[in-house]
Amino acid sequence: MSSNNGKNPWIQDTVEPETRAWEEFYRNRWQHDKVVRSTHGVNCTGSCSWNIHVKDGIVTWEMQALDYPRLEAGIPPYEPRGCQRGISYSWYLYSPLRVKYPYMRGALMDLWKEAKAQHDDPVDAWKWLMADPEKRARYQRARGKGGFRRTSWDSVTELISASAVHTIKDHGPDRIAGFSPIPAMSMLSYAAGSRMLQLMGGISLSFYDWYCDLPNASPEVWGEQTDVNESADWYHAKFLAVMGSNLNMTRTPDVPFASQARANGTKMVVFAPDFNQVAKYADEWIPLNAGQDGAWWMAVNHVILKEYHHEQQEPFFLDYTKKFTDAPFLVELKPKGDGWEAGQMLRAGRLEGYADEEHGEWKFLQWDKNDGRPKMPMGSSGHRWQDKKGQWNMKPEDGKDGSPIDAELTFLAEHAKVAMVRFDDFADGADVRRGVPVRTIQTTDGEVTVATVYDLLMAQYGVPRGLVGEYPESYDDETVYTPAWAEKYTGIDRQTIIRFSREWASTAMHTKGKCTVIIGAGINHWYHANLMYRAAIHALMFCGCVGTNGGGLAHYVGQEKLAPMEPWSNIAFAKDWIPASRLQNAPSWHYVNSDQWRYERSFRDYHTVPEDQPEGSLANGHTIDANVRAVRCGWLPFYPQFDQNSIDLAREAQESGATSDEEIAAYTKDKLVSRDLKFSIEDPDAEENWPRLWFIWRGNALMSSAKGHEYFLDHYLGTHHNNISKDLAEGQVNEVKWHEKAPSGKMDLIVDLNFRMDTSALYSDIVLPAATWYEKADLNSTDMHSFIHPLAAAVPPCWESKSDWDIFKVIAKSFSAMSEKHFPDTVKDVVAVPLAHDTPAEIAQTDMLDWTKGECEPIPGKTMPGLKVATRDFKNLYQRYISLGPVIRKAGLGAHGTHYEIEDHYDEMTTSGPTQTWDGNTYPSIEDATEACDAVLKLATVTNGELAYRSYKNMEEKTGLHLTDLAEPMRGVRMSYRDLQAQPRRLLNSPMWSGLTTDGRAYAPFTYNREKLVPWRTLTGRQHFYLDHPGYLQFGEHLPTYKPKPRPDAYSDLEFSEEVGPTLQLNYLTPHGKWHIHSTYGDNHRMTTLSRGVEPFWINDKDAASIDINDNDWVEVHNDHGVVVTRAAVSARIPRGICIIYHSPERTYSVPKSPLRGKKRAGGHNSLVRTRLKPNLMVGGYGQFTYHFNYWGPTGCNRDTHILVRKCPELIW
Amino acid sequence: MDVRSQIAMVFHLDKCIGCHTCSVACKNIWTDRPGTEYMWWNNVETKPGTGYPTKWEDQERYKGGWEVKDGKLRLRATGKGRIIPNIFHNPSMPSMDDYYEPWTYKYDDLINAPEGDDQPTARPISMVTGDYIDIEAGPNWDDDLGGSPVYAENDINLEELPEHIRQQMFEIERLAFFYVPRICNHCLNPSCVASCPSGALYKRGEDGVVLLNQERCRAWRSCVSACPYKKTYYNWSTGKSEKCIACFPRLESGQAPACFHSCVGRIRYLGNVLYDADLMVEAAKRPDHELVDAHRGMILDPNDPHVIAAAKENGISDGIIESAQKSPAYQFAKVWKLALPLHAEFRTFPMLFYVPPLMPVIANAESGSVRNETEDLFADVEQARVPIQYMGKLFAAGNDGKVRYALRKQYAVRMWRRHVTVGDVDRATADRALAEADCSVEEAEAIYQLTSLADMDQRVVVPPAQREMAIEMLEDPLDFKKSTGFGFRAAPARGG
Repeated sequence: MSSNNGKNPWIQDTVEPETRAWEEFYRNRWQHDKVVRSTHGVNCTGSCSWNIHVKDGIVTWEMQALDYPRLEAGIPPYEPRGCQRGISYSWYLYSPLRVKYPYMRGALMDLWKEAKAQHDDPVDAWKWLMADPEKRARYQRARGKGGFRRTSWDSVTELISASAVHTIKDHGPDRIAGFSPIPAMSMLSYAAGSRMLQLMGGISLSFYDWYCDLPNASPEVWGEQTDVNESADWYHAKFLAVMGSNLNMTRTPDVPFASQARANGTKMVVFAPDFNQVAKYADEWIPLNAGQDGAWWMAVNHVILKEYHHEQQEPFFLDYTKKFTDAPFLVELKPKGDGWEAGQMLRAGRLEGYADEEHGEWKFLQWDKNDGRPKMPMGSSGHRWQDKKGQWNMKPEDGKDGSPIDAELTFLAEHAKVAMVRFDDFADGADVRRGVPVRTIQTTDGEVTVATVYDLLMAQYGVPRGLVGEYPESYDDETVYTPAWAEKYTGIDRQTIIRFSREWASTAMHTKGKCTVIIGAGINHWYHANLMYRAAIHALMFCGCVGTNGGGLAHYVGQEKLAPMEPWSNIAFAKDWIPASRLQNAPSWHYVNSDQWRYERSFRDYHTVPEDQPEGSLANGHTIDANVRAVRCGWLPFYPQFDQNSIDLAREAQESGATSDEEIAAYTKDKLVSRDLKFSIEDPDAEENWPRLWFIWRGNALMSSAKGHEYFLDHYLGTHHNNISKDLAEGQVNEVKWHEKAPSGKMDLIVDLNFRMDTSALYSDIVLPAATWYEKADLNSTDMHSFIHPLAAAVPPCWESKSDWDIFKVIAKSFSAMSEKHFPDTVKDVVAVPLAHDTPAEIAQTDMLDWTKGECEPIPGKTMPGLKVATRDFKNLYQRYISLGPVIRKAGLGAHGTHYEIEDHYDEMTTSGPTQTWDGNTYPSIEDATEACDAVLKLATVTNGELAYRSYKNMEEKTGLHLTDLAEPMRGVRMSYRDLQAQPRRLLNSPMWSGLTTDGRAYAPFTYNREKLVPWRTLTGRQHFYLDHPGYLQFGEHLPTYKPKPRPDAYSDLEFSEEVGPTLQLNYLTPHGKWHIHSTYGDNHRMTTLSRGVEPFWINDKDAASIDINDNDWVEVHNDHGVVVTRAAVSARIPRGICIIYHSPERTYSVPKSPLRGKKRAGGHNSLVRTRLKPNLMVGGYGQFTYHFNYWGPTGCNRDTHILVRKCPELIW
Repeated sequence: MDVRSQIAMVFHLDKCIGCHTCSVACKNIWTDRPGTEYMWWNNVETKPGTGYPTKWEDQERYKGGWEVKDGKLRLRATGKGRIIPNIFHNPSMPSMDDYYEPWTYKYDDLINAPEGDDQPTARPISMVTGDYIDIEAGPNWDDDLGGSPVYAENDINLEELPEHIRQQMFEIERLAFFYVPRICNHCLNPSCVASCPSGALYKRGEDGVVLLNQERCRAWRSCVSACPYKKTYYNWSTGKSEKCIACFPRLESGQAPACFHSCVGRIRYLGNVLYDADLMVEAAKRPDHELVDAHRGMILDPNDPHVIAAAKENGISDGIIESAQKSPAYQFAKVWKLALPLHAEFRTFPMLFYVPPLMPVIANAESGSVRNETEDLFADVEQARVPIQYMGKLFAAGNDGKVRYALRKQYAVRMWRRHVTVGDVDRATADRALAEADCSVEEAEAIYQLTSLADMDQRVVVPPAQREMAIEMLEDPLDFKKSTGFGFRAAPARGG
């Protein structure tokens, strides 16, 4: 049955069955036995639902699930989600990189055997080993040098437990640290280790700020860690400005919501110095000079304010600005020389009429147009934390008498006078004086001069409104912040800036705010990222774009949205047993402990601040001094906390007569005040202050995230390294003790849980075989979409691997058994905690005062860290681990300032669910990871409609608003782990999150605030243009501003590096790449094949030619911090002057040795950078500037780095 | 009229994000065995670029496809009559270097290396020889313009562009690139099938899928040479050539091929078309600039009663006709004329069509600052960074008008939807854009829907396979039901 195809004699169509019987060859391959839904627990924010195919008991391949429930009509579906990296995951399961068994470094194993031969008790054996510096150095030197030996689970858990018990006894529990990033990607696996550590009293290191994923501008402006549009909502945007975010690379499965929106008439503009992958489908690519995005947006705001606010007075824009921002609030001006300076916002309590107000210093003023006087709108942090409930809302009413407020944005039309105010111009290192319309107000301490935030903004942005002073005449005037000014910095023609601004504002005007900025690490990794972000956010706020579908700032860096936060955080940090946890901001921790602070001078060398600083200003000196101050004042945490074991300290207090936790805390306070007890951060190089034991799981702490990787190798690990920098901080630091020589090898033991031999595993002492994402139960959520996904076991854990949940369980069990002898009784442990966001500590400090300098009274939890006392039960640690503890039954749950009761749900779990009974009590069981998943789903507002209802009900009391309507339609919804396996389920509305998802509505942040008038969690309760913290005033960042990039000659990257042969100096960028998610997948055979077998060094063709580098040549890239040897990818799409190594390669494969650095193995991308902290991001106890884990604090920025590159003269393996 | 049904495909390049998920989906399932390591039945290329295998488009070198000589259509290189002299040495056969030497790493060293004085590293080794290898090429070597001074400038589609346009395509303010994913085109007139001395290649009658019989193949490799797209590959382990099978086991069970299923950019559309096989030989002989029209001319209107009658006469079932009526490929390629064949001048009539991509507006840096050269919200297609002439070479055998038409229509749809959803483009302006693009409002809405909102069921319309009828020709389907799967699995014998 063949027939000729038309008149062509060559081609036959064949239908004859016999000749086609062979076709089963391929049909057999496609057949499989089982399909299981799982996902990838990797920090990509994708959270894609995958079908894992199993054949003959082996995972063969994965394909995307297509069964996402549809959202509202008129937006594209979510299927398929999943990228080139995810689909290659199955390679890992059976690959030669797989960690199949527990491994221990041979040098350590030999010493451990020797130690155990000397001592029967393993704790004594470990103590013996630690007491010998030479033996300790012996195995430390072997770190990263091979020599692994297979061992057994029993052996490794014994050693780990011995080390933990010893550390707790001899140094204190807060010398045990754990690092695991981004819990949302596999939240129970994260919780496993953190739960064990917090039960021990150990440290959980943060990640979102450390990865520089935290956009500080978000807490600054919104009091929110991050809350963003799910990607489907991009489709609603009619103008997409994409900056520093390479959607193809990093938001791969979400890109269609942008590309398909274009077909629906959306304009898309991409900002990037290189012609990057997302630029390909933009309407316009704007090749901004690297790191000058802030200058761009400052000029855009200049145009928007001039044309749409001042000249056209677009009613929608003005109305929005008035209702939802701090623009109409009053700022006190202070005399300065012959002019004025902007100061803090005027506090309502200083007016006679409001003098009796509770927390009057945390309530603020607007000028009511109708009554012609200042009034106090509700919704401020003072209203939030006052005794009287129901006033925390954004109704335009006076908090005292309830009268309506029609706030004046500007005093331009009617003012007492025009004050000449000084504004910083950091670009030119000068300042300008511009007239600002002001009025005067009588306060209880005299008359003060005030301006609105709005008028200060108009002056700062240089909008000419007929006022005196140095205002630009036109857009061609090169004064701050005109388009002509921005042209100098951005390299983009002023006409393009002006046209962009008009299209932007016009789109917002026509659509009521449907302009979206998609922004990412390309911006967030600069030292001054917060300023760049703020400038972009202002363009959104001025045009009414925040809090609407299709509008807002969509920052996606790090899978930060752990949707069922309330129960999860309690399980993860063991708050169901011990309310006080040790949560550490990792940037400070690594900056201090890995001694990177020693390799730089004062931050004033590279951070531009106003010249004229008062005595004791935060904007002076060395970064570590600022960090010490932040710890003393309770702004930031720091562990190890004291130079004394916190358990010994509590015992000492008891021996001195303290009988209660309060008395132990009081004893501790007195000892701190007398300075007999010091903070560890005051002498980080002293042996008693070192961190000792480090658990790493679900992350690549020693490579991908180790900014200053080589310093880690030196000071933490005590092994080989390639940094050549020298001590620079001597004589520059005042608050820390200087040691002539920095210690090398602080860490006693490093334990890594891994499914693959990555760099962290390669450098650890012990590597434990972890189950892969296709071999365990877990949960996964993201901000990119509004579903929650399960991880599930398609096959059981392969070889001797175990899930993270089970690994920490076996360690806990071994530790508990060992504690029977070493800790037969419970012990008290003093825990120092920082002032916390979403608690009354938000209104702790109106001024920056240091009790150690006698500037204020030392008051724990107010002017210094809070002091809590935990009761540790080490011998029952395992029982506690597997049991959901009783504390939350009584206390209820909440997050982000919400609260709801769960007693009935908890009791239901103890009667109908799996339970644990010990010491005569019965608890819900979380022994098994699936039980833990179900506990989370049962107790979270986003997955239990009844609890969402209760949480809204609670919020109604606080706000005086009607909110439960948001929960009523889904009050009966419950989700279980099995439900999620059947089909992705969409998250419910919850007051913990600011977006609304009713009836399939796409999630857009702050729609809850805008539509329901629930305040933002900021000082005024509104979005903040103006940041009046005294530290911000000193740094000159109270107003939006532009600061120049740190200069390479002042940044201590290249002081000791020599140019050998033809060499170029380039700005070194490490954006997220195409062939890996951080380092995961990059070593995977699929991805190495589709790329170039290495992570190359991207360089412009003309730059390359200038130093004789050809495509695919080996190059040596170096600076003071380290060296990388890789191959060049020479491309015209990279502009001159910059280079790229995509984040982040492993140094485990295809890495030659470096001729420049002693012919030692070269490093990875993080060998060329170091930790830099921006000091004003350390302030605390002040509204939205109050610490919370991963919410606030300095970030691990790295983008201002420069390197030298040359052709590698010799290839050495 | 000889009506046949054929799977047709559309790749919407304006949406392609170059992620290669498609490539990995395919590789995981089909080409992860010894002998197939270097095969990428699905690959994605950056354009301008050199491609995989390198410079595959250069038929002066590879002699693939058809040519018209003396008024006759003939294989460019290895017609059955000419194969014998080339059997032992075919000078136009791609070699390993033209693809790449597959490699892996000595990963084991990371776990097993004894303690040394420095860190161990897993060195690259060849998967062919097992020796250490210096990696010089890969299947996607010039991804995203990597090595652009070397590779992008070698793109043969640039050859006929004026020198100044060529040069400025590599100036940063003017440069651009886009992606072209490629699979077997399952051509109507496949030169691979025509070239096989063993008759191992065939087009399936029911869906036009081109297959290579793994029992019949005798390793002549004529198909490798004859396919101008270089989409058949020689498996050195089994001694058989292999190629993309359009995931027929998935098609037969009503599922999208793996690369379509996994396409995250949602660029892939599939559905069957009805075509008139009687027209083919004459169509293939048309001059280059008429080839796109000739190709489209063979595709029939599945709603035309005459076509339906003729289809039924050829034994095409109601289900397949109905499926053709819902085919998104038919809409894109034939009705809307948005999708175009890749290198029509190869004359194989590829049944994979590409919607050419819109590109960012060109910029000017003469003043020292970069200015984007437009005053409009959406820049005109003539101001795009990739010259239309270049795309014309790729997608229309040099007939730029066909590309311009497809780009203008996409532009008009955007203008129309901007008018509807924002209103800052007024009705008159939108109407003018539509008129200039030969597009009605109804058509614009339909294009918008299928481009922007379609879910998998609308993007991929798989015609019913009716496997029971195929099986029935050999065996009672009930018996088949009872016995299928029993038996031993064995790889085909080498040389077999």
